[in-house]
Amino acid sequence: MLEVQNLSMRFGGLLAVDQVSLDVQEHEIVAIIGPNGAGKTTVFNCMSGFYKPTGGKILFEGKEIQGKPDYKISRLGLVRTFQHVRLFSRMTVVENLLVAQHRHLNTNLLSGILKTPNYREKEQKSLDRAAYWLDRVGLMDMANRDAGNLAYGQQRRLEIARCMVTEPKLLMLDEPAAGLNPAETKDLNQLIISLKEDYNVSVVLIEHDMSLVMDISDRINVINQGRPLASGTPDEIRRNDDVIKAYLGEA
Amino acid sequence: MQDLLYFIQQLINGLTIGSTYALIAIGYTMVYGIIGMINFAHGEIYMIGAYTALIAITGLAALGIAWLPLVLIVALICAMIVSSSMGWAVERVAYRPVRGKHRLIPLISAIGMSIFLQNYVHLAQGSRNIGFPALIEGGFRFGAEDSFQTSITYMQITIFATTLVCMTILSLFISRSRIGRACRAVSQDLGMANLLGIDTNRIISATFVIGAALAAVAGLLLGMYYGSIDPLFGFIAGLKAFTAAVLGGIGSIPGAMLGGLILGVAESMTSGYLSGEYKDVVSFGLLILILLFKPTGLLGKPEVEKI
Repeated sequence: MLEVQNLSMRFGGLLAVDQVSLDVQEHEIVAIIGPNGAGKTTVFNCMSGFYKPTGGKILFEGKEIQGKPDYKISRLGLVRTFQHVRLFSRMTVVENLLVAQHRHLNTNLLSGILKTPNYREKEQKSLDRAAYWLDRVGLMDMANRDAGNLAYGQQRRLEIARCMVTEPKLLMLDEPAAGLNPAETKDLNQLIISLKEDYNVSVVLIEHDMSLVMDISDRINVINQGRPLASGTPDEIRRNDDVIKAYLGEA
Repeated sequence: MQDLLYFIQQLINGLTIGSTYALIAIGYTMVYGIIGMINFAHGEIYMIGAYTALIAITGLAALGIAWLPLVLIVALICAMIVSSSMGWAVERVAYRPVRGKHRLIPLISAIGMSIFLQNYVHLAQGSRNIGFPALIEGGFRFGAEDSFQTSITYMQITIFATTLVCMTILSLFISRSRIGRACRAVSQDLGMANLLGIDTNRIISATFVIGAALAAVAGLLLGMYYGSIDPLFGFIAGLKAFTAAVLGGIGSIPGAMLGGLILGVAESMTSGYLSGEYKDVVSFGLLILILLFKPTGLLGKPEVEKI
């Protein structure tokens, strides 16, 4: 469903990403790993439209999306999170989920003022969906708190819920486990697997937590210094000599 | 007793003028809250609102319509429509094409817009001040006949009541409505709102339109209150409202309301107890003090450095 072909990104004299290719099939969790500064987030930024890549192609469901503005890409169903939490921290938890459905509630101002049946029905639907996801990520009790007051792990879960209410086809998670304790990481593990199993969403994730990556990924792409180093199933990656060298250095 | 009545009189005058400052200040603070820039043409939008209201009132009088509530409502609606269109146009012409460029560029283009609108009104309506009919006359008086009497005019009551209604509607709109919710989201993180599929351009337009509509309300009210308008009418009022917005904490809507009231009361107290000539000194002095000791304003939140 997503295909990245020979992606390159040059910042002035620095070639941050050099000929990286990867693909994501439907119903699949794909991880991108690599040492710090390898260019993983740059790949993400190109895929989500934050950067315009200097070379290569990105195909989403057969259509070229490289260089398209970010909001257009997200409307195609390719939604991402960031390394740091980017919630609307001064809005309540439930409002965060409602505002993410803004686009789906295509109503005009007049119907909002008059509260027409159509408007009410749509409002109710978005509330129901928000409630469903709050329950799903275990934040129902927090619904009316400001998002900024949640614990860090809860904020991470709320971010995923906020992506999910937009009904994405492909979810891109940038270091979802960063800053989580082992128990929270385990919960996250299960949540991500369930997104794939129960909601038929494909996931691309960047992660440093190897236990998470090895547990949930169907395939792994390793990037080192902007270049593709290896790709394969978790078992293959674990045994790959190049990968071991890149991570541990040569003996 | 007499001192108390005198004090109350200053308070009433101050709250009246302050509530109109607050109405104008909302426009500055909302635009700043969303795109982080000052709309320097806002004072002119307010002035154009006052002119439109005057034209509507004159037109209705020529048609022989004199029923006061109808005249006021028609004038208000005309002023709001024209000013809102102006607010929308200012954003399209002076802000959107240069968004994301260096911060000084939209600043200059907005000042250009302000000069253009001012001169346009000079040409179209003449530079002399024009009398604004006092449609609402009379009032109440308190206190003994032979000494100082506190008076509160119907005009002042109208100003209070209208401001209160506008502020209530605005607060409900921002906190309850779908577009209000999107406005808050865009003001907190425009990039993220964009990613979630919110049409941020429309939301930015909406804030200019809402601010301009409230400025038009203030234009009609202050035109009637002062009794005359001229093309420079928007300049000092805009400056005062901007001060009020900064005083209350720019970007914060309750802050703009509070800042407007404080500024209005401070000015009328200065006029009442010191001298009318000092009122601008006091209001801008107050601004300097606030900026020295609480740079984010009274209700402003400190900007969190984003990495």
